[in-house]
Amino acid sequence: MSPQWISVIGTSFFCFSFKYLGQSVPASWLSHPRIQRINTYIPIVLLTGLVTVQSFTEKTKLIIDHRAAGIAVAFTALLLKLPFPIVVISAAVTSALVYRYA
Amino acid sequence: MAGLGQNVGVSVKGDSLGVGITVGAFGSAFGAAAIASHFTVAQACALSLLTFSGASQFALIGVLGTGGSALSGIATSSLLGIRNGLYGVRMASILEIKGWKRVLGAQITIDESTGVALGQDSPSQMKQGFWWTGSAVFTFWNIFTLLGALGANALGDPSAWGLDTAIPAIFLGLVWHRLNSRKTWAIAISAFVLALSLTPIAPAGVPIMSTAVLAIILGWRE
Repeated sequence: MSPQWISVIGTSFFCFSFKYLGQSVPASWLSHPRIQRINTYIPIVLLTGLVTVQSFTEKTKLIIDHRAAGIAVAFTALLLKLPFPIVVISAAVTSALVYRYA
Repeated sequence: MAGLGQNVGVSVKGDSLGVGITVGAFGSAFGAAAIASHFTVAQACALSLLTFSGASQFALIGVLGTGGSALSGIATSSLLGIRNGLYGVRMASILEIKGWKRVLGAQITIDESTGVALGQDSPSQMKQGFWWTGSAVFTFWNIFTLLGALGANALGDPSAWGLDTAIPAIFLGLVWHRLNSRKTWAIAISAFVLALSLTPIAPAGVPIMSTAVLAIILGWRE
């Protein structure tokens, strides 16, 4: 089986298990403030990690290329409080233009 | 009073469908990104049906697409999936569901269905908001995943269309509204620095996954 299929099945299993367990365990188990705080921070660090790796690295090297240009535009669009679709599309268009013509 | 109740019901359903279509349309971005990350159309569709959690799905294809192993992909996306479990804890007392219906309810317990439900006033509107939003997002997310995947297959080189940057831009947008204090900004910047500094020395996928340690340490102490 390919790594992709293994990852699809593994991820689906764990994601559903968390969803189902949440519906099933007593609320008091997970209401501890420490758990709540960690849960607030986990998406922040993982999503930031993903942005970082996908924008500024290639395998094990740090690089600045068309993706950095696109993500800089996305960052600016977010600072300007532009709508989410505009953020994503402006980043993609910038990146594509730099990739094709720079 | 019945009439009033119906009007309120219509607006909950309307809101739910609006959220479902808007969020679901981003399924096309997921489908396209999955193809750009060397997943097949069938794998993209399987993820949207079975994992059904946008951030986890994008994280998985992101980790494998940048050369990470299946294991680091599963770990990263599963960690992102924990929050759906905590939504479930919150929703369980409102939904009061048992048996096979709990399986369905669990699968559609995501950011949007929980968010719309918690925005309602009465328990019956909360239930309605949850089921309508969850079902609408599920339906449109899956349809658009298929369309996006088929479309990207026809496009060719993903970089020429900016698809390789659309994915991190989506992540940046997702993290942005969570950065609402000096502390959360500091946490994000630490994750940025950690991921960059581990990249030259750790296998692909590990720099992303290891940022979870920051969340645990910082959340533990407060």
